[in-house]
Amino acid sequence: MAAVLSSAAGTRNGLQRERIAFVAMAAVFAAAPLVVYPLFMMKVMCFALFACAFNLLIGYVGLLSFGHAMFFGMASYATAHAAKKWGLTPELAILFGTACSALLGFVAGSLAIRRQGIYFAMITLALAQMVYFFCLQVPFTGGEDGIQAVPRGRLFGWIDLSQVWAMYTLVLVIFLGGFLLIYRVVHSPFGQILKAIRENESRAISLGYDVDNYKLLAFVLSATLAGLAGATKALVFQLASLTDVHWSMSGEVVLMTLLGGLGTVFGPVVGAAMIMSMENYLAQLGAWVTVVQGVIFVLCVLAFRRGVVGELIAWQHRREK
Amino acid sequence: MEIFGVPAQALFGQLLIGLINGSFYALLSLGLAVIFGLLNIINFTHGAQYTMGAFVAYLLLNKLGLGYWAALVIVPLLVGATGVVIERFMLSRLYQLDHLYGLLLTFGLALIIQGLFRNAYGSSGLPYTMPEQLRGGQNLGFMFLPNYRVWVIVASLAVCLSTWFVIEKTKLGSYLRAATENPALVQAFGINVPRMITLTYGFGVGLAALAGVMAAPIYQVSPQMGGDLIIVVFAVVVIGGMGSIMGSIVTGFSLGLIEGLTKVFYPEASNTVIFIIMAIVLLIRPAGLFGTQK
Repeated sequence: MAAVLSSAAGTRNGLQRERIAFVAMAAVFAAAPLVVYPLFMMKVMCFALFACAFNLLIGYVGLLSFGHAMFFGMASYATAHAAKKWGLTPELAILFGTACSALLGFVAGSLAIRRQGIYFAMITLALAQMVYFFCLQVPFTGGEDGIQAVPRGRLFGWIDLSQVWAMYTLVLVIFLGGFLLIYRVVHSPFGQILKAIRENESRAISLGYDVDNYKLLAFVLSATLAGLAGATKALVFQLASLTDVHWSMSGEVVLMTLLGGLGTVFGPVVGAAMIMSMENYLAQLGAWVTVVQGVIFVLCVLAFRRGVVGELIAWQHRREK
Repeated sequence: MEIFGVPAQALFGQLLIGLINGSFYALLSLGLAVIFGLLNIINFTHGAQYTMGAFVAYLLLNKLGLGYWAALVIVPLLVGATGVVIERFMLSRLYQLDHLYGLLLTFGLALIIQGLFRNAYGSSGLPYTMPEQLRGGQNLGFMFLPNYRVWVIVASLAVCLSTWFVIEKTKLGSYLRAATENPALVQAFGINVPRMITLTYGFGVGLAALAGVMAAPIYQVSPQMGGDLIIVVFAVVVIGGMGSIMGSIVTGFSLGLIEGLTKVFYPEASNTVIFIIMAIVLLIRPAGLFGTQK
């Protein structure tokens, strides 16, 4: 997977370009509710954060997790439960949900990093299916109905989140915060070691790095941020349901990242926006959405492996030469 | 009569269901292992191809009037042929790349196939009539044994063992094993390795389709039948390790039995027991029970 991922960042030019792109992206998301439904944009931001968290693992450590829905969905359930049954304030409910997914990430990660490559993907998928059956059976998740009518509550007991602008601002802050955290991690010495593991694991071991520890840490971080996205989503839609833990959700986040560009900083955001818009406008087509998703998968893998953002970067490189 | 406080009838009934499920786990994980051995990809489409097998059998019966026995021969060939096309035009382009791309491609194909069937036939299951010769059953005194179920277990065992025999004990199998070890060298000896890879994929897909035909009279024919099953089979593959053919057969049957037993003694865990076993195996023997760490 690494071959196509060689990054543009790192050079001074690339770094500056990424800063400009980040400001532009923040501006677009801040201004978007003037033209697009705020609820739709909040959905896009939740899934963009989810995809960025997933990308941290596949793009920078080379681990393909096919079970990220378990973190997204589990955090979503935990947050909904905490907000509705325990009456926690939204920030505490989100924190609780995120902590749950971090814990789950630690357990799942410790098991999954014992194998590499294809096995890693199968193990994460199987563990996620186990979590799915767990959520289907335990009473607190409400089975097929899910947890409905989750109160958004008052942020810090003070700001009423049922106002659209307040909720939107909170989601925007969470999304941009999560994005910056991932950006920071990727460009830190820790991130460099992750890339070294991706490129050549045995070499990283021979250099004295405790590879398993680094992988586990990256896995937990990715799970935590995926959980943060799921927790936020539960408050935005006031709903936590089985859809969020199902394997098709795991597939969807893979698709977003692949379409946007694996291992690029902005790719997952672009991919999430594209897939969400597609689902929004094609919703009346019913089961055809699955077919369209499948076709995009096949096209991306066969002809378009760099994804949208990856292609843009490659095009820029060609032009500069 | 009671055994461990459980009525014997319930116990044997669940064990039988376990053996049936085990037959399908074994057939499917065998196909996955054969494909993985030579192509180094995990065939995510396997579940969809199993579904396809059941649907093609259903269509043959209801549109062309071709019954179960004809379907057992025709369906694996037809679906296997679609596998050959997929390998030739799509998978063969990915061998130079990371193996994960094969997984992503086959996942996309699975979505397409599943979506198409759902569009055409809806989500509800379609019944498939059991062949006349296999209706009825034997009364063993302590339980009723339906003939069709016996047939599924025997047929699946026979197919699994003959596949094992071909791969481990014949000349053709020795080429295959050699190509798994070192494709370049085998090609240098004048054996057409790309064609062998294509046919191997077609064969693995055919096995999935065969499982689909055998499943059609037991379970309802529905677009989702393969989706969830394949994830369990992945867990079976992780437990067994993909190193040995016999390993995947043994693991498939025994996990089916364990699942059946769980249904008797602790039904709440029957959906998850295989995943829990997977977690334990990963802790104790990460390479899988029969696997070798690559």
